[in-house]
Amino acid sequence: MMKVHVREEICMGCGLCEVFCRVEHSESKDLVRAFKQEKALPRVRVERRKPLFLSVQCRHCSEPPCVYACLSGALQKDDSTGKVSIDSGKCIGCWTCMMACPLGAIRRDEVRHVAVKCDLCPNREVPVCVANCPNEALVYAEESQ
Amino acid sequence: MNTKYLIIGNSAGGVGAAEAIRQIDRRGTLTIVSDEPYPAYSRPCISHYLAGECSLEGMLFRPADFYEKNGSTALLGKGVTHLDLVGRKAKLADGQEIAWENLLLATGGTPIFPAIKGSDRQGVFTFTTLDDAKKIREFLKDVSQAVVIGGGLIGISVAEALTKCGLKVVIVEMKERVLNTILDERGSSLVAERLGQAGLRIVTGHTVAEIWGARHGLVKGVTLDSGEDIPCGLVVMAIGVTPRLELVKDSQIKLNRGIVVDRHMATSISDVYACGDVAEAYDLVYEANRLTPIWPNAYLGGRVAGGNMAGVEAKYTGGTAMNALNYFGLAMVSAGLVSPQNGDCEVLSRQYGQSYRKLVLKEGRLAGMVFVGDIEPSGIFFDLLKEGVSVADFKQSLLETDFGLACLPSALWKKKLEVPSKGSSAAEPEIVRSR
Repeated sequence: MMKVHVREEICMGCGLCEVFCRVEHSESKDLVRAFKQEKALPRVRVERRKPLFLSVQCRHCSEPPCVYACLSGALQKDDSTGKVSIDSGKCIGCWTCMMACPLGAIRRDEVRHVAVKCDLCPNREVPVCVANCPNEALVYAEESQ
Repeated sequence: MNTKYLIIGNSAGGVGAAEAIRQIDRRGTLTIVSDEPYPAYSRPCISHYLAGECSLEGMLFRPADFYEKNGSTALLGKGVTHLDLVGRKAKLADGQEIAWENLLLATGGTPIFPAIKGSDRQGVFTFTTLDDAKKIREFLKDVSQAVVIGGGLIGISVAEALTKCGLKVVIVEMKERVLNTILDERGSSLVAERLGQAGLRIVTGHTVAEIWGARHGLVKGVTLDSGEDIPCGLVVMAIGVTPRLELVKDSQIKLNRGIVVDRHMATSISDVYACGDVAEAYDLVYEANRLTPIWPNAYLGGRVAGGNMAGVEAKYTGGTAMNALNYFGLAMVSAGLVSPQNGDCEVLSRQYGQSYRKLVLKEGRLAGMVFVGDIEPSGIFFDLLKEGVSVADFKQSLLETDFGLACLPSALWKKKLEVPSKGSSAAEPEIVRSR
């Protein structure tokens, strides 16, 4: 399936993927409001351990531990697209998925009391983190390049 | 009727097995039997149901068309009354007989109901099923105070729900602290503190000696072994669950505390599998079979059983006690060995403002963990624990707030992020010990 891949030799930890992701997943789509009022969360995390920088997001695992651990049935893997997604209406905020995810790619939205994760930007052709990565350290592709 | 696959139990384990079977075998007849009349629902959600936070529809574990889409027959509200493991037949309460080729026992657990004087009074409940929650909800109208016997996961969940319903709740825990089997002392005291702030009273180190009431049978209060009387109109027994073995206790199947299964979730009888709260499966921290009655392990065990039932070998990597908690907004995670008793473990811990992280290391590998507050990175640690990764090379970074994949040896994070290692073959990194 198409996924977001990080090219660690190019990623410089600028964090723009986090910024764009946060705005994309806000109600207002406004940078300041998304941060300060909505407290929208980015679904991607930038790790900085000089000289290594990594942009980390959900791998939509073929055997997804988060889906298998989900207590409420909110997490599902789509058989046809392969995408792992959270039905926030069904999420009970028990956080079991968080301890199941080997990447730490699921975040706790304390305002809305639900778990959130990368949804590959369903309203876009290319996920917003990839489209706005200034040095093309993020690629959207079938296989890592 | 005849069925290729018979699953007894319609909860996490049963659903896990049905889904795994259908990924392999679309056609083989699949029958799911449960004495509960509902489509598979999320058992942990019954506290939300009791608190009025969700409806039955809202707590369904799978969409309403799950059985139809899976091409399975769901016989719900029909308990199995007799099981012949050798003759491969099951008899249902309505007299129907089912001949099966492969069987999964996912019968779950039964709440422990201690023989306390007065426990037969009206207003004494257990709390493991939706019907329990419904009964309590109906009973609540004239009740303003409740006593919950047992300060474990079930006890605190029901106590939280009852508090949200406006009741004054007292939790009576026999041991010295709440959640004593899954949390360390610090974790337990943080939970107790949060419960106290929410208005609950916790009595530890004591038991309920008697449940007393009016002549017509309604509960009016309890007396503790200390002699203290606590008035209440409702008592919930939440001491724990025990494997539900009544269908197999007279059979030849190998039992210990639960039904003993191997790493394929196979029992001692061929083509008979077991998973979930009824099964005693491999615990990767204790390196032995053990009861770990938690939802995710039931689902995983069910998946493994289902794969093997459908003829594609699957192996249970092992579960362990792993719990994420959220009581009154206090986020916590615990797994494995959290309060090591002997000196062969090393404990690393750190407090960060409102957050707390504790790691238990055994022979240089993670054997247990407790996270409070900032729990988002806990999955990375749990994965290291599960995979048996030696943490010696990056031990100094384990307690850092920004600990992440980038702290791991490159072979490990590259594998997790699906980054191909240049020029290397697909060989497993040496630090991963297979369990």
